[in-house]
Order: sequence, then C-alpha cells, then structure tokens
Amino acid sequence: MNQNKTLKDNITSIILGVLSIAWIYPVFMILFNSLKKETAISTGTAFQLPTSETLAGLANYVNALTSKGFLTAFWYSLVITLTSVVLILICCSMCAWFITRVNTWYSKALYYLFVFSMVVPFQMLMFTLSATADRLKLSSPYTICIIYLGFGAGLAVFMFCGFMKSIPIEIEEAAMIDGCSPLRTFFMVVLPILKPTLISVGILETMWLWNDYLLPYLVLDRTKGYMTIPILIQYFRGSFGKVEMGPMMASIMMNIIPIIIVYLLCQKHIIKGVAAGAVKG
Amino acid sequence: MEKALKKYWPFFVLPTFAAFVIGFIWPFLQGLYLSFCKFITIDRATFNGLKNYIFALTEPDFLHAFWFTALFTVVSTICINLAALAIALALTREIKGTNIFRSVFFMPNLIGGIVLGYIWQILFNCVLTLLGKPLLSLHAPYGFVGLVILMCWQQIGYMMIIYIAGLQSIPGDYLEAARIDGATERQILWKVKLPNLMPSITICTFLSLTNGFKLFDQNLALTGGDPAHKTEMLALNIYQTFYGRAGAQWKGYGQAKAVLFCILVLVISFCQLRATRSKEVQQ
Repeated sequence: MNQNKTLKDNITSIILGVLSIAWIYPVFMILFNSLKKETAISTGTAFQLPTSETLAGLANYVNALTSKGFLTAFWYSLVITLTSVVLILICCSMCAWFITRVNTWYSKALYYLFVFSMVVPFQMLMFTLSATADRLKLSSPYTICIIYLGFGAGLAVFMFCGFMKSIPIEIEEAAMIDGCSPLRTFFMVVLPILKPTLISVGILETMWLWNDYLLPYLVLDRTKGYMTIPILIQYFRGSFGKVEMGPMMASIMMNIIPIIIVYLLCQKHIIKGVAAGAVKG
Repeated sequence: MEKALKKYWPFFVLPTFAAFVIGFIWPFLQGLYLSFCKFITIDRATFNGLKNYIFALTEPDFLHAFWFTALFTVVSTICINLAALAIALALTREIKGTNIFRSVFFMPNLIGGIVLGYIWQILFNCVLTLLGKPLLSLHAPYGFVGLVILMCWQQIGYMMIIYIAGLQSIPGDYLEAARIDGATERQILWKVKLPNLMPSITICTFLSLTNGFKLFDQNLALTGGDPAHKTEMLALNIYQTFYGRAGAQWKGYGQAKAVLFCILVLVISFCQLRATRSKEVQQ
C-alpha cells in the first residue's frame, strides 16, 4: 500500500514536471528569439535556438531602449501604476470603512453601486469615458490615476468591505471614546489592522494596471507621445510598414522580466492575495 | 461613533465618490443615453430612437461574434476548470516540488493580454508553418483553438490557486472520518471533497465565464478578428464598430451593441451566481 502510494506520487511528480516545462516554454522561446538577428527571425524558425551565425546578442534590446521609446513607455507605465495603486488603496479603504460603519440607506446604495460597477464591461463606457477624461484634462499619465480610482474602485471597496465586517468594532469605539477623531482612528487603528488586505488589494490592482491596454490607449493623449508598455508593443504590430520582430520581442521580454522579479520576491504575498481576493469575490 | 463618523464624510467618501462619478457613473449614464442617438462627438447627438438597437440585432457580424464568444466561453470555462481542479488535487497530495509547480503554473497570470497574445501568435504560427498549414490569421478554426489554448495557459494557474485554497480549508476530520468508515479515494473525492469545494467552484466558474465574455486584449493581439471578422469576439466587435469605421452612424451602433453586451454580462453573472449558490453545502 505504502509503496504503491509513493510510486503513484512519483508518476504525478513526473507528469507535473513535464507539464511545467511546457508551461514556461513560450517565455523561453521569446527570450532566445529576442537574441537573434532581425534577418534570422521568421515564422518557421521560431523553435530553433540561436546559432553563432544568427546570434545578435543584446542588439535588439539596445535598439528597443534607444530608438523605439521603450524607456519613456516604461516610465509612464511605472508612474501610472504606482500613483493609481496608492490612490486606490488610501481612498477606497477610507470609503469602505465609512460604508461598513455608517448604516444608512445611502451607504448601502453606494455599496451596491460599487459592486455593480465591477461587473460592467469596459466597452460600455469606453467612448464616453475617454471623452470625459479629455474634457476634464485628465488625459496625461500624471492625472489618469483619477480615472483609474473611479473605474477600479469597485473591486477595492468590495474587498475592503468584506474584510472590515470581520474587524471588531469595539477597538475603534475604544479609540474614539479616548478622544481620537475619526480620521486619527482610521489611520492609527484601522489601517494597521487592514495591512494584509491592503497587500492583497494592492497586488490585484497592480497586476491589472501594469498590463491594462485599452483604457490608457483610449484615455492618454497620444499626440503628446504618452504611451505605456502594452501600447508600445501593440504599436510594433499595428503600425504600417514592416514589423520589426527583434525589438518587439526584446520589449516583450523587458515587460515580463520586472514582473517575474517581483513575483519571485514576493510570491507568497501574491498567491495569498489572489486567494483572498477570490474568496471575497 | 456613527454620528461622529458621519460628519467626516467629505474626507472618507468624497474623493472616491467624486472619482467614481467621473470614472463610472457619468460615462455609464451618458453611454446609456447615447445608445439611442446618432453621434460623432458627444455634443452633437441627435435622438434616433431604437434604430441603433435594431441595426445591432440584425448585423450578421455582431451575431456571429455573439455565437463565437458564447462557444469560446463554454469551451474555455470547461477546460480551465477541469484542468485547474485536477492540478489542484495533485498539488495537495504533498508530493515533491509542489511549491515550484505552483509558482510555474501561476506565472502566466502576471503577463498582460497583449503580450500573451503576441507570444502565442509567434508560437502557433511557427507550429502551423512547420506542419504546412495556413497561418493563424487565415483560418478561423485555428484562431478559435488558439484562443482556447491561450486562455487555458493564462487562467489555469489562477483557478488552481483558488481550488488549492478551497481544498486546504476542508477540515481534516472530514477526510479522516471518511477513511475510517472505509471510503475509497474516489468516494472521498466525490462525496467529501467536491461538495465542500462548491464555494470555490462557484467563484471559478463565475470568474472564467465573465473573463471569457469580456475577453479583449488577447483576442486583439492573437488574431485581431482575422480572417474577415470570423474570430472577432463581442468586445472586439464593439471596439471595431467604434473606431474601425468611418461614418456618422457607426458610433451609435457601437454604443447600442455595448449596452446589449453589458446587459448580457450582467444577466450571466447574476444567473450563474444564483445557480451555483443554491448547490453549496454548509460547513
């Protein structure tokens, strides 16, 4: 019986091992193709490893960084993601605290509005939202976070509310009786308790914001050269003329590498955050 | 406490609410209104009655996109959930390398839709060239299969994490009691694990259904709707109606399609949530 079980476990291990190699293969394929010379990249040879003749070294990366505007796109992506995540975390946690602790018709209505906004597809708003953003002059990478706060509030408020219901209200009441103002109570008492949820929501929002394509594509003012990495990668393909596969794949790799580094560093939090987000959702 | 807090609403609620009005409520209501109008810019819209809706419901491309999306969603939901559940069951047996496998399977989730689409486009086109078959953008069935594979690759890891969390939250006593009573592994799976996993199954089917219906980035990058709009899903079809055509009538049609799409997603989410919630067991 016992021997039988270890044999079965070993077989499962081997199957999963093969499967996980297949799982990461596409990323490796892009990696070694991005090291090839432009002339050596064609649809039929994507599986071949670069040889000494076709190896281009880091030329594609240098090309993408210097002449294809990767650095500016990276900077804008970073600014948008960071400002939006910070804004969403602070504003939505405050809003969620108010909603859970104040028990009136309008706090309930607000809660259901937020839940409703989670399900509505972006296509419903895309035209009017980009027009509104244009009119309010929110179409730069430094102000788009307000749009993201509005559009991304649903998930964040929903998750914070779910967690806040389980915090005992007595702690907050004690702080208030001792003379704390609501603002102080929130930042000194509630926010520290909320830390695990803040991390979870932060991770979910970061994953969404860093990779979002359509919203920044429509909202950002492209005549001023604002673009994020997904928009840049789409540009390689969408623009007229010959597609430069080398710099495109280098850009793809440079989009993935930071993600993988962050993932390896705080894997535990990410997986926990996803699980928590789903259970609340 | 409630009274004191109420006075502080400008600090707590106002910033989020103001942004929510700008980013959601106002565009939503405006979009709803514009779906009954003919317009190019929002300022110059003329009321058009139900014409936009009638056009949308009779356009062959839109109907094709609907059936294509529905089929894709059903197939991908089944594939993703079965595979994710199987992997989750294998990974909760405490075999060697569980952590590495879990990390690897989850990894594609962190990569964005556009990037994923191009990665798989390169890979599929290479396979198809080597087999001497037409490229991805020339043959619609390949586009469909490609989208399903891509979606599986991305979503299985995510759903797996949820299933693992669900499996780990089943009290050990249940499994032990079943074993003492002489239940086989298969009976434990069907009679103990799956009923207790119902909440996770609800969440995962719900997520993969709505993800399937709302899919846009992957569709745009992998096939772009080629050949001749045959692999266009609803979201991409709406986008193309808005931005891919010239003429005063198209934006109104697009907005009407978007409203229909929105209603569809809402109905599906609602039905699905009710249907599976009723099957859950209480712990």
